Amino acid sequence: MNAPRPVSVPAPLGLLAELTHRCPLKCPYCSNPMELDRRSVELDTETWKRVFTEAAALGVLHTHLSGGEPTARRDIVELTRHCAEVGIYSNLITSGVGVSQDLLTRLVDAGLDHVQLSIQGADGAVNDHVAGYRGAYEKKREVGRWVVDAGLPLTLNAVIHRGNIHQVGDLVGLAVAMGAKRLEVAHTQYYGWAYANRAALMPAKPDVDRAIAIVEAARTRLEGTLVIDMVIPDYYAKYPKACSGGWGRRSINVAPSGKALPCHAAETIPHLEFWNVREHSLRDIWLFSPAFTAYRGTDWMPDLCRTCERAEIDWGGCRCQALALAGDAAATDPACHKSPLHHKIVALAEAEAVTATPPPYQYREMTARAREPVE
Amino acid sequence: MKADAATDEAVPRLPRGVKLRFDQVRNSWMLLAPERAFQIDEAAAGILKLCDGERTLATVIAETAAAYNEAPSVVDADIRAMLVDLANKRVLEL
Repeated sequence: MNAPRPVSVPAPLGLLAELTHRCPLKCPYCSNPMELDRRSVELDTETWKRVFTEAAALGVLHTHLSGGEPTARRDIVELTRHCAEVGIYSNLITSGVGVSQDLLTRLVDAGLDHVQLSIQGADGAVNDHVAGYRGAYEKKREVGRWVVDAGLPLTLNAVIHRGNIHQVGDLVGLAVAMGAKRLEVAHTQYYGWAYANRAALMPAKPDVDRAIAIVEAARTRLEGTLVIDMVIPDYYAKYPKACSGGWGRRSINVAPSGKALPCHAAETIPHLEFWNVREHSLRDIWLFSPAFTAYRGTDWMPDLCRTCERAEIDWGGCRCQALALAGDAAATDPACHKSPLHHKIVALAEAEAVTATPPPYQYREMTARAREPVE
Repeated sequence: MKADAATDEAVPRLPRGVKLRFDQVRNSWMLLAPERAFQIDEAAAGILKLCDGERTLATVIAETAAAYNEAPSVVDADIRAMLVDLANKRVLEL
């Protein structure tokens, strides 16, 4: 392992602040780890404020106030105000469930810049089934109206999978009808809960191709009205995605307990040592912590990646996926067509996607031992 | 949005949720928008500072030209193209 070289390390652009893992929804592809942090281990208000102050000094431009459901934190307004005070752009990533109009007004007054609202389907039946929460769809429509009425830009985020891929066109229509400026069509990435539910979530290749074509046509038709960002499902891709824009290059994720991660799934790599913001400054974590330096740059790469013309485009793809599918976090991401395992995962995806009846969802929930009521 | 939407009478402005900020760490102007940041040069920042929701596009072009001691016709097409591009990205209102 090479010594850290802080001079060559770019400043991070984004901070994903997972304020809590508590959430009323049970989406089977939740990006939180399967071992959820309990409320009792969550960082306190003052520590989060220090993290935001340090993030601004380090060069972070955007903070994503996320979770779980971030509005389950009683101090969400105070934390939002602090982000504005230290000059970071704030983005609330919310399910909408549990958000009152009064709370939204107070967040706007505190300086909130943007709201990203999740949507699980284009109608109540699909949305509420995927979310495992009856009435969530209507609630989201209501919260979306409040955001637009308050003059804030609204993004809808839809995670796409077998259960809603037939609704991609309707989701575009819904985003326009709700007055959103952006729509994220994010095909499921298979880690954690989504990995456990992969056989239920994996769409068939023809459906993926159709969904991509619908999005591309909508982009042209709606230019100037709606920006659509799309995350391609990488089991069916030719090249892997540059996870988080490259390991330790663009963003920092802080979990509810204060553990700082290069990406939200990084804890699935068991040998990594994560530093906690309770004990280290964000600057030290970014520059020197073992987890952030482990796969930064290109030195760690296998020859296949390091000599590839896309080494600094894809940054070797996803380390968590390499571990999950190849058994080695430093292997070439099997999503890449150059990986010797690529044909296996394509075959796996295609086999799962054509099962006549997908298995039922294993809904996200706290373990019985860790379960606590959501406020 | 087509280039002809950028009429002389249009009043460009940065909408709520889009911020022009000088970033001390990168020593550069940044345009911050939902989930995105655009690193922009001094000249573009100067133009966007004039997009205040009061000046018309014709005024923005005239003032920018004056700042560079150029005729408006020299900067006209570049400014219109830049603003239409930003409007299509939904980070500017025209």
